Amino acid sequence: MPWRFLGRRLLQAVPVLAIVAVAVFLLLELAEGDAVDAYLAGTGAGDAGLAAALREEYGLTDSLPVRFLTYAVRLATLDLGHSFAFSRPVAGVIGERLPVTLLLMGSAVMLSGALGVLLGGLAAWRAGRAADLSITVAALVLNAMPGFWLGLLGLILFAVKLRWLPLGGIGTIGADLPPLAAAVDLARHLVLPVATLALTYLALYVRLMRAAMLDAAGSGWVLAARARGLPEARVLLRHMARPALLPVVTMIGLQAGGMLGGSVVIESVFAIPGLGRLAFEAVSQRDLPLLAGILLAGTVTVVAVNIIVDLLYRRLDPRVGDAAAREGGR
Amino acid sequence: MTPLARGTAAVGAALLAAGIALALAAPWLAPGDPMNMVGRPMLPPLADGRFPLGTDQLGRDVLAGLVHGARVSLAVGAAAAAAAIGVGILVGTVAGFLGGLVDDALMRLTEAAQTIPTFLLALALVSVLGATAGNVVVAIALSSWPPTARLVRAEVLRVRTLDYVDAARLAGRAPLAIAFLEVLPGALAPVVALVGITVGEAILVESALAFLGLGDPNLQSWGTMVANGRANLRVMPSLVVLPGVAIAAAVLAVSLTGDALAARLGGRR
Repeated sequence: MPWRFLGRRLLQAVPVLAIVAVAVFLLLELAEGDAVDAYLAGTGAGDAGLAAALREEYGLTDSLPVRFLTYAVRLATLDLGHSFAFSRPVAGVIGERLPVTLLLMGSAVMLSGALGVLLGGLAAWRAGRAADLSITVAALVLNAMPGFWLGLLGLILFAVKLRWLPLGGIGTIGADLPPLAAAVDLARHLVLPVATLALTYLALYVRLMRAAMLDAAGSGWVLAARARGLPEARVLLRHMARPALLPVVTMIGLQAGGMLGGSVVIESVFAIPGLGRLAFEAVSQRDLPLLAGILLAGTVTVVAVNIIVDLLYRRLDPRVGDAAAREGGR
Repeated sequence: MTPLARGTAAVGAALLAAGIALALAAPWLAPGDPMNMVGRPMLPPLADGRFPLGTDQLGRDVLAGLVHGARVSLAVGAAAAAAAIGVGILVGTVAGFLGGLVDDALMRLTEAAQTIPTFLLALALVSVLGATAGNVVVAIALSSWPPTARLVRAEVLRVRTLDYVDAARLAGRAPLAIAFLEVLPGALAPVVALVGITVGEAILVESALAFLGLGDPNLQSWGTMVANGRANLRVMPSLVVLPGVAIAAAVLAVSLTGDALAARLGGRR
């Protein structure tokens, strides 16, 4: 494990997270009406006295710098505040919902990356022929489709007409299943959302893989491999596909934020109780502390994914690690 | 240009022209407010000559919704993308040209903006600012400028070392004039490659916001139509399918046209 590299990456993330934290604070300040208004509107009762008391209790009457300081200190101790909609600490609610979203995102990333590598590689191998043409066009069209719509089409076909897959949620309600059956049940519920999310991001990987393969095809090392008389399959897999994987891996990191955003809509379509669905609930109930917490948690997730991707990149491309070691760090 | 590229460029341009024509002609093609109840509810497509694409559960004309929705989607998409690219160009030029501390600060800001999940940020902005078409544009612009900023900065860094920029410096032109009148035009070509992607992305974000009920409630948008049709998914899938086809066609049109434009102008790829 390259600990020094990990430490440096974590240190790099600090200013980014600090800027996001300030931005989130400013966003909350922009909001008309505060959490107490939303809370009172939600309960349908209250008077000016109660509102004033609540504002006092939550520190909403302090001046702007004091409020920012309170916010910063609480963030530093990982206290994300109190959710009005759930009457619970924000961190607890988010902690409950995050694993489902990570499962959804992780599965979608892997499916979309694997399919993209496979199809992009195939398209490059058959460049200019029918297979290349149909893969390229299909990827273009899929890329243009809104995820929520693709998901609804999947629901019409596979859940309503064919009845192969469940309509939504992440488990059969009321079914008390043994562990293995429960896992199968969860997997069945995740097929449509994962496929939808993966397909909407597929085009990027296909395009990237295809371009990188064709790039490698014109390289000196492929020419040398062919000149040595290596079998074509070996040239394709080792000399063209392997270096072409690098930009695909980089793209996975760049797309992490996009996928997390995409899962907000997908989770709403399939009624999946994850972070995205929670963001929607926070917006519709005007639960600003919860919304702020979700933005921060989402950002931390993206940072974490990027660090993992960087580590993976070092495994795939030995040159990066060596260079870093020689120079004593980039 | 390969035959395939020429074909997709033609398809994209034709689709885009048709979409813009429909959007412009909406008041004549479907006079009146598309939100009005005009016929019997839940008419399937092709059942009544007056409503070729049928009506929804409130008796609103689906065709009228689609052509008026084209106005919202294309206008919001274009405005948001223009604003995002504008912000990106400004940040990228200033960062690349000034360098030093300003560059560091702006790049950290860009990195932070790129790390926040785009759609979550847009969702939060619209919910805080209020659901109006103008705020949707602001939200999309504020969440999608970083790629342009990075690209422009990289290009500015390359162009600012060229001889003609040195010549302008020696001629005693003001730094701001050099940055925006000499360096920037030379750095813009690759940005063209991002235009199609940015507009397409903006249309998709607008439709997703509208689908979640955060679009402008006074405007009939394609995303809103899909959300309305969802309640009758089993009975009349056409209410969901048709507006979705419109969104996909619009995004495909701008991304194909953007690609063709980039290839023509000798941008990347």
